[in-house]
Amino acid sequence: MKFSNIKYLILRRFTQFALLFLYFAGNFWGWKILQGDISTSLLFGKIPLSDPFALLQIFSAGALVGANVIVGALIITLFYGIIGGRAFCSWVCPVNLVTDLAAWFRRKLMIDKIERKVWISRNIRYYMIVVVLITSAISGLAAFEILSPITILNRNVVFGIGSGLGLIGAIFIFDLFVVKNGWCGHICPLGGVYSIIGKYSLFRVKHTSENCTLCMKCKEVCPESQVLNMIGKKSISVNSIECTNCGRCIDVCDDDALGFTIGKYIKENKESK
Amino acid sequence: MGEKEKKKISSRRRFFTDMAHHVGLGTMGVLLLGGYAEKAKSSPLTLRPPAALPESDFLKTCIKCGLCAEACANRPQNRDINGQQLPGTLKMAKAGDKVTIGTPFFTPRDVPCYMCDDIPCVPACPTEALDITKVTNAKTGKMDIRQMKMGVAVVDVHSCIAFWGLQCDACYRACPLLDEAIKLKYDRNSRTGKHAFLKPEVNTDICTGCGLCEKACVTQKPAIYVLPTEVALGKVGDHYVRGWDKKDQQRAKERNMKDITTHDERSKKKPLDYLNHGLGM
Amino acid sequence: MGINRRDFLKSSAAATAAAAVGISVPQEVQAAAKEAEQGWRWDKAPCRFCGTGCGIMLATKNGKIVAVKGDPAAPVNRGLNCIKGYFNAKIMYGADRLTQPLMRVNEKGEFDKKGKFKPITWKQAFDEMEKQIKKALKESGPEGVAVFASGQYTIMEGYAAQKMMKAGFRSNAFDPNARHCMASAVVGFYQTFGIDEPSGCYDDIELTDTIISWGSNMAEMHPILWSRVTDRKLSDPDRVKVVNIQTYTHRSCDLSDFNIIFRPNTDLALWNYVAHEIVFNHPEAIDWDFVKKHIVFAAGPVNIGYGMRRAGEKSLKDGLYGPKEMEIIKKEMAKKVSPLEAPALKPYGYKEGDIMKNRPGTLAHWMISFEEYKKSLEPFTLDYVAKIAKGDPDESLESFKKKLKDLAALYIEKDRKVVSFWTMGMNQHTRGSWDNTLSYNVHFLLNKQAKPGNGAYSLTGQPSACGTAREVGTFTHRLPADLMVKNPKHRAKTEKKWMVPEGTLNPVGKQHIVQIHRGLEDGLVKFAWVNVCNAFQDTANANHWIKAARKADNFIVTSDGYPGISAMVSDLVLPSAMIYEKWGGYGNAERRTQLWKQQVVPVGQAMSDTWQWVELSKRFTVKDVWGEYAPSGPRKKKLPSVIEAAKKMGYKEDTTMYEILFANKEAKKYTIDDPQLKGFDDSDSLGDHRKIIGSDGKEWKGYGFFIHKYLFEEYAWFGRGHGHDLAPFDMYQKVRGLKWPVVDGKETFWRFNTKYDPYAAKAAKAAGLKDFAFYGPLAKKLFSGSLTKPDKSKGKTPIPNKAKIFARPYMDPPEMPDKEYDTWLCTGRVLEHWHSGTMTMRVPELFRAMPEALCYMHPKDAQKRGVKRGELVWVESRRGKVKARVETRGRNRPPRGLVFVPWFDEKVFINKVTLDATCPMSKQTDYKKCAVKIYKA
Repeated sequence: MKFSNIKYLILRRFTQFALLFLYFAGNFWGWKILQGDISTSLLFGKIPLSDPFALLQIFSAGALVGANVIVGALIITLFYGIIGGRAFCSWVCPVNLVTDLAAWFRRKLMIDKIERKVWISRNIRYYMIVVVLITSAISGLAAFEILSPITILNRNVVFGIGSGLGLIGAIFIFDLFVVKNGWCGHICPLGGVYSIIGKYSLFRVKHTSENCTLCMKCKEVCPESQVLNMIGKKSISVNSIECTNCGRCIDVCDDDALGFTIGKYIKENKESK
Repeated sequence: MGEKEKKKISSRRRFFTDMAHHVGLGTMGVLLLGGYAEKAKSSPLTLRPPAALPESDFLKTCIKCGLCAEACANRPQNRDINGQQLPGTLKMAKAGDKVTIGTPFFTPRDVPCYMCDDIPCVPACPTEALDITKVTNAKTGKMDIRQMKMGVAVVDVHSCIAFWGLQCDACYRACPLLDEAIKLKYDRNSRTGKHAFLKPEVNTDICTGCGLCEKACVTQKPAIYVLPTEVALGKVGDHYVRGWDKKDQQRAKERNMKDITTHDERSKKKPLDYLNHGLGM
Repeated sequence: MGINRRDFLKSSAAATAAAAVGISVPQEVQAAAKEAEQGWRWDKAPCRFCGTGCGIMLATKNGKIVAVKGDPAAPVNRGLNCIKGYFNAKIMYGADRLTQPLMRVNEKGEFDKKGKFKPITWKQAFDEMEKQIKKALKESGPEGVAVFASGQYTIMEGYAAQKMMKAGFRSNAFDPNARHCMASAVVGFYQTFGIDEPSGCYDDIELTDTIISWGSNMAEMHPILWSRVTDRKLSDPDRVKVVNIQTYTHRSCDLSDFNIIFRPNTDLALWNYVAHEIVFNHPEAIDWDFVKKHIVFAAGPVNIGYGMRRAGEKSLKDGLYGPKEMEIIKKEMAKKVSPLEAPALKPYGYKEGDIMKNRPGTLAHWMISFEEYKKSLEPFTLDYVAKIAKGDPDESLESFKKKLKDLAALYIEKDRKVVSFWTMGMNQHTRGSWDNTLSYNVHFLLNKQAKPGNGAYSLTGQPSACGTAREVGTFTHRLPADLMVKNPKHRAKTEKKWMVPEGTLNPVGKQHIVQIHRGLEDGLVKFAWVNVCNAFQDTANANHWIKAARKADNFIVTSDGYPGISAMVSDLVLPSAMIYEKWGGYGNAERRTQLWKQQVVPVGQAMSDTWQWVELSKRFTVKDVWGEYAPSGPRKKKLPSVIEAAKKMGYKEDTTMYEILFANKEAKKYTIDDPQLKGFDDSDSLGDHRKIIGSDGKEWKGYGFFIHKYLFEEYAWFGRGHGHDLAPFDMYQKVRGLKWPVVDGKETFWRFNTKYDPYAAKAAKAAGLKDFAFYGPLAKKLFSGSLTKPDKSKGKTPIPNKAKIFARPYMDPPEMPDKEYDTWLCTGRVLEHWHSGTMTMRVPELFRAMPEALCYMHPKDAQKRGVKRGELVWVESRRGKVKARVETRGRNRPPRGLVFVPWFDEKVFINKVTLDATCPMSKQTDYKKCAVKIYKA
């Protein structure tokens, strides 16, 4: 395997583990680089970073919150709004490690080939957002936050292992045996929120169809393969909000048909329409 | 439904069916998740960090980031003699803790709150679920740990060996508000004829619920333990004020004017209804 | 005042629940309890811990102690306990009990000072001890064989150890940890009364009107007595007054009518102030009739140093003490009179700035006139004393003066009964012996001593500091029942009773416990055995002694139930039977002797210290130990051989010490068919079901005679007929202890008082006295003289039946806070833990209640040093430093300028910091004051 085939994968894994490590160190050794957890963090002991969806739930539950967390949510929204909303999912979210592992096993065990496909809508996540917010309003509790595998896994790393790991196992099994990319690609409302946030992001994957040999490796590895519907057809950037900017397609492409681009896509996409 | 009929379904009808389908799915989701949320709410005996909002507001507001727990674990005081970090007071709830997942709480018997003078956990809260004004002295504008109210210590006098006449007062000596939050009540021991009981009594106005007493208690299961204030304390009616205590009116000042008229089984009937009903003879 | 229900009858959760207290236990519950008790054997014993001497009952089932209860029949505690007593059933069962002998060995299994500990057999252990002791005797003589003994020995253990050390090895390098605890009190008793131990008893608490506690935190250290004090206060809150006098505010202060916080060491001035107030301002309060009949006035030298190392000692010459340490040590030889102490020393001919040349501490004293005594008191005016003694910088001088006046008024008030209690504050003091005698002065002048409800009363720290250390005499200078090694008549009497040749006993008894440590450092002591104490944790300036123990040329043995610091620095560790795993006896602080039976068989291969000593005696024969010894250490003359004399007594050269000292014809009269042994184990006399392999490599089957009864009865012989009478062994098995002297089966409540003490009645009758006779025999012939010196020209005057009032000035301690070391350090105990915590730190509940020693500090002092409550600080002196956590809100609330650190926690090894200055008369270390600096860790 060439390094260029796993460049982004390694970078992503590095980022994910580094973040987890910094969170852990923040609690365990009191490092002031990144404290807190994924729902709200403190960068360098000063800059607040907050999960906008968690904040929405809190608002929906009817609570007033401190300014810090609002500023934090704005920063995060702005950040992902620029670099691509779902970059969170592939570059930060610890559950991605689990679901990618499940997807890898799925490929290796060729489960896709032998198993009857269970189809569920990729839009469930958007329903989930609504469901979560309504439930939050009714129960007076940030509803997703009480079972979010993301924060549970994150807290398990930061504050010590607990029995919440069962949920993580469930997701692994679900992704492995039931639905390909089931959690991240279908259900997770946070992914939905980041999709929406990233609607106008500047950071995109660009396809150059002239170079494409239609090997379809990219679609095979893509966790949201529907976003690659232009492969071999048009030279445009991926315009679906569900693309996680994970860069796996770029990694696996041996034909220089995929790459990252900044800012140009809006124009392109307009032209192409 | 046969093949033919299916084809006939109009796009309008399809729209409504889809709507119903989606609303149904959504309702089911709300019900499921709502049921879980209800279950996930903490046991009423959960002890929260200092300056926490009332439980329902706290649950709404806490973003579960753990910054309070990190501040607690990483305070410079929380080191053993060799400089190794000790477990912090605040834990982030996990499944099985019987506390809403991800929210901070503490178990005094394991690690009590040491009542740090600088209260590192409270300012760390980004959402103000830990409300710094609750531990800020109105006069000085500085944080004052004595103002915090995490709960209140309660003595089980049947298990407390001091009430047997043994000389313990471990809780009294462990109390960071020594001789204020816990006082010793001296009584003569008529059985022995020459010893005194030194019985711990909690002054609930001063007790902060830190739980150092619960940690120190030497009985197998602690005979003094911290309960959330709302659970532990009763409340005397606002309509009565202690005549011998000038300050007691303060307690009754929030008398609700709506409660002035009383309602019970006997007063249910209007006078006329009652009078006209007769004795039924 | 803490007595009445204070004004907190608010919504107290406890208060509501308290209403339910006192309801009786339902019948079913009682019945169930009885059923649960099936198979439990209950038997009485004293509590393992402090000097209070509470009685408990132990339940045994299947060879284990399963439960404990306070003994309702015990007069001291009437069924109650403190939290240490509450856990007596758990102290022997820590998971890390020592169960087999362990020795540092090399790969071949031979002893190696640098080796790691490995399990060995008892036989190997005794082989090595025999070898090492023989080597030590050869190299250093008897002075090279030392024992760190204990006030927690059972009476029998202490007696067996004493006999083997003093008659067998002819060594007086045998001194207990009680030296750290009671020695100043003992000197006080000897000098004042001529005989050891308190005149009163605990009943004084119920009979007095005033309890004044000096340097004692009774609420934590003697909780059961404190609950009696509290009850007395409750019984008549207006009449009964409680005053606490100490250097910081502590738990006992809650009950006081007022508290006096004084600057360390100025309790000397406070006592003198009270006496000054009596003599100068209330002369009518002096009971001249009593004083003239029963009291003489006395004085002694003041330039006695501080019991530190003296110039010329080997380790000083070798440079083992750095320049910082020498700043203090040099005061042992000479010191400059300070402005603080100059007024007090003026009657003794010193003025400020004079150089006082110190001579080694001495017990010498001589009679003076009342006028001379009065002269010594003259400086102690209210102004002077208030100025030097006020201990809290935040208290006003006026408030302090008022308290002093109130204190004096309580003592002086006619018809007010007063008891003065004290513990380590007055004993652990570089002038502890003075301080003790000063207390009696006040009581004597007012005739408030040795009467029910009246008296100065020294409380003991350890469970058998009185019973074993003092009465058995497990000190370097003592023999049983107030006999002294330096007195030829006393030695002869002892030698006769012990059936050893005349001249066997070594006449020089100067190796007190600190001196043994110093002897190890100097290379004099080659073999040291730690018994029932933790000598390397409990001794001040510990860095030196630990380093010394690990030097190549000595061999250290520790016998203990659990591994601690002493075991860690040892070469051989022996597993000891713990308290209820052996027969025993303790004597408490009111002269109450309590005996108990072995309740259970020891764990593992553990055996009692008695057994360990007696087994050791089998390894030494007449020719091994009774030959001639050249001068060594403190002994400047040779010790002659007594082998020939032994032969004349019918012993042979190879007769073992076991046969002479323990298994002699007297001992064998105590047979194992004694009814006391029925139904109980005696692992020493009978062996037990474990069938351990003993010191000879064969199965241990017991001595075949009732060794504990023999040891007790032989020891008791020394006191009987001499004012120290103990009841017979068998009687103690029936009763809940008796206060000696036990005459005609009756215990004695108040000594020296003819109404209560048959010995006083007898002596008074013979001397034509009426109410009192202070019949103690020691130092009852004195020269006369002035405050400064005796006039030896007129010879000595006998003063039979008289007690003494001593002129003693105030003097500074050797180390006081200065610019660099700016804070006083005081150490002590906490209720939860006993001494070095070897037992109580193994009780999970006690460990949890008090897991580490804290540095109690004034909040402003912490603030000044930029330290938050709960943070770690270094506590550093000229000798060493430790880290400790700061507590500013705790149970002990020191004034600014003083910190308190308890010593139970080996992780906060505070004795690395403390100073090994002692009272030069009693040789008791002052753990209550040295100078430290405190900074953030």
